[in-house]
Amino acid sequence: MKGNGAGIVSYGTYVPRYRISPDEIGRVWGVDGVAMGKNLNIHSKSVPSPDEDTITISTEALRVAIARGNIDPREIGALYVGSESHPYAVKPTATIVAQAVGATPNLTAADFEFACKAGTAAIQVCMGLVSSGMIKYGVAIGSDTSQGAPGDALEYSASAGGGAFVIGKDHIIAKINATQSYTTDTPDFWRREGQRYPSHGGRFTGEPAYFRHVTECGKGIMKAEGTTPADYQHVVFHQPNGKFPLRAGKMLGFNDDQMRYGMVTPWIGNTYSGAALIGLANVLDHAKPSERILVVGYGSGAGSDAFDVTVTDEISHYDHSIGTPVQKDLEEGISINYSIYAKFRGKIRLSGE
Amino acid sequence: MSVARFWRETLRRYNLGASKCPECQTVFFPPRSVCPQCTVHRKSMTKMEPCQLSGKGEIFSYTTVYEAADGFEMQVPYVLALVKMAEGPVLTGQVVDVDPKEVHEGMPVKATFRKLREDGDSGVIHYGYKFAIVRSPTASK
Amino acid sequence: MREVAILGVGQTQFGELWDRSFREIGIEAGFKALESSKLSSKDLSALYIGNMASGAFIDQEHVGPLVLDYSGLAGHHIPSVRVEAGEASGAMALAQAYLAVASGAYDFVVVGGAEKMTDVPDERGAAIASSTMDQEWERVFGASMASLWGLIARRHMIDHGTKREEFARLSVLDHENGSKNPLAHFRNKITLEQVLGANPVAEPLGMLDCAPSSDGAAALVLGPLETARKYTDTPIRISASQIATDFVALMHRRSITTIDSTVIAAQRAFQQAKTDPSHLRLAEIHDSYSIGGLMALEDLGFYPKGAAGKALSDGAVGTGGKLTINTSGGLKAQGQPFGAVGIAQVAEIVRQLRGEAGPRQVSGPEMGLAHNVGGSGATSIVHILSRVN
Ligand SMILES: [Zn+2]
Repeated sequence: MKGNGAGIVSYGTYVPRYRISPDEIGRVWGVDGVAMGKNLNIHSKSVPSPDEDTITISTEALRVAIARGNIDPREIGALYVGSESHPYAVKPTATIVAQAVGATPNLTAADFEFACKAGTAAIQVCMGLVSSGMIKYGVAIGSDTSQGAPGDALEYSASAGGGAFVIGKDHIIAKINATQSYTTDTPDFWRREGQRYPSHGGRFTGEPAYFRHVTECGKGIMKAEGTTPADYQHVVFHQPNGKFPLRAGKMLGFNDDQMRYGMVTPWIGNTYSGAALIGLANVLDHAKPSERILVVGYGSGAGSDAFDVTVTDEISHYDHSIGTPVQKDLEEGISINYSIYAKFRGKIRLSGE
Repeated sequence: MSVARFWRETLRRYNLGASKCPECQTVFFPPRSVCPQCTVHRKSMTKMEPCQLSGKGEIFSYTTVYEAADGFEMQVPYVLALVKMAEGPVLTGQVVDVDPKEVHEGMPVKATFRKLREDGDSGVIHYGYKFAIVRSPTASK
Repeated sequence: MREVAILGVGQTQFGELWDRSFREIGIEAGFKALESSKLSSKDLSALYIGNMASGAFIDQEHVGPLVLDYSGLAGHHIPSVRVEAGEASGAMALAQAYLAVASGAYDFVVVGGAEKMTDVPDERGAAIASSTMDQEWERVFGASMASLWGLIARRHMIDHGTKREEFARLSVLDHENGSKNPLAHFRNKITLEQVLGANPVAEPLGMLDCAPSSDGAAALVLGPLETARKYTDTPIRISASQIATDFVALMHRRSITTIDSTVIAAQRAFQQAKTDPSHLRLAEIHDSYSIGGLMALEDLGFYPKGAAGKALSDGAVGTGGKLTINTSGGLKAQGQPFGAVGIAQVAEIVRQLRGEAGPRQVSGPEMGLAHNVGGSGATSIVHILSRVN
């Protein structure tokens, strides 16, 4: 699918300040956390404070995007929030975010859910609305405050964060040349209605799920665009841990240098719907005009969305001084122990609750 | 708190909508319909103009709360502050993600969007402003 | 306007009165006050009741006629007025009753204050206690009443170099006095070290800087001064009764280290009584939080701003000092049944002026001041009482 002139006008990210290490999590469950961290290539993961959720993370990320791009929020015609941790089962995240940034009432809004790729799916919808001329700006947000069951392998990676992208046609800092998806019915990871924590298929989440979809989708878009890995300065994958994307990159023929900025999970954990978007944001924080970026998202259940992106000259005038650069979130944070983590994540129930 | 009671203030609580007296230019938060500075109320009555706070301010006074206000039990200990906004008004709010020992008078802060409280497990969730410490925006490398 | 005198006082035990209901304590205080004068209930023109939150504490509004009814006065059909001004409800009821008698509209009235606070769980009690602040713009954002006074204390320390142990001394002083008051909620003495080492509530304030939740009631009988001697041998003149108000939310005030409403109520009261702070050696000050008591010493005019802390450290305030305060035990030790506080303060001044204060009697006071505050300072009420010679 061609981009038809749609591109990224602005972007913003938000990652909660708190961090916990695999070592600390392992200490509680009698697991060698250091080895677990090495195995997953995760040094630390972000932890939301008790007053943060997908709505607050989305709002903060979008406020940064709006300020950086000097965008009039009333010109946002569509706003979609992709997440698997919407605070309400019924009652949209998107309306609260839209209200909080001053985009209401003349816009369409909805919540998306497709495991970790709901945010990239939202970008595709915005591209269609923008390129068809139906709206001036579309906002796609991917954000999560994911939880793994205590003691489960997921607990070492599931974290919180989000990215917001403003899609438009004018003054774009990066042009989306094309997008392509690869979708099948693959039950690798799920959460049934009313369940507190998700379930997963263990090793089934690897080969038939993540790797198959990511590599097929990546190959597909390069074939359609007539490109090879050598044509891209940067590549970003969905990153459920620090290891899968490196392997997927190798399988597709990318080197470490191309993956350098797109990798964020080793320092902030798997932000689910936010992961690929925060990776892309980090690339855009560093990218120069005319550099080309390949983005391949992944969501369990399962599907991949790929984007072929070229940075424009506009990025030289883009105001990076607003908000927090992703790099800073990778380097800094407030370390907490498992007790505080358990309190923050609602694993401790107060009396009367 | 009933759904409507919180909802009707969301513009102020989400977005820091304030009001300004056309006579003396003083900015008020929450918005007022009469200016308390201009002693002749007819000068400002029905003439107050809506305006917007930037969210930037500095800490005027602060306390670490150990006995939580109703609904804030999970956040104890938390920092509560009076924040003098760039436009003039002083706001009451929490300061988040900070070691209470770090907080001091004059510390620059900016408004951030957070969950205020929940009406139990099945009720609505209230959102609004809190304050975050302003950190240098550039990465160290 | 005619002069008004206090003809009788009554007060219940303050504390956790598990076996006593709101109406019972209200009636007891009222009858004790009436008994201490030579009036009987048929002489009364009206009843005033200061009460802050009976609806929240015991689900009972309309407490005016309730107390009147169970006092056996329903058949008299006299007015019974419930008055609310937060924690200053008691003094506000007195101020209204004073005006009614001074104006000549009523001759004899009973004015009481009552609160039943222990019929709710602690957390609910704390929430009700916070209901006198701005609910929409303070409480919603995480403010508790203690935290507002914590913000005040911190700023007072910044602006005036006040030391944490200076306001801690007020709690020590209150407990020292409370130990001599049989009606007090707390009768144990505490040390400065205990106050400083108590669990933090809202820094710099700790558990022992905060007045307790108490049950209790107090009442006064008022009448015209000109005929007062017919009903008591020791009438006490109300030389001043003044109310002042301010912004409800702390954040909106001109200053948070001066309670302007107290400054103005005091100025008006001294003017009405034709006296000044230097002539006053006895006061009951509102110290629901210790820092509030320290600031009251400044705002009432006894000390310049920033000087009260040192005065407390030096022992200039307290029994034997230049100024004696809170012989009742203050809010910290005598207790804090919201609606009753303002009346109980006046009752203590009356006992002192009549020489009926027992082991805590100060020698020969001619005048005394009572200071009652609502919320974080949105209402302040000052009464000055004097002996009739
Ligand atoms: Zn004005």
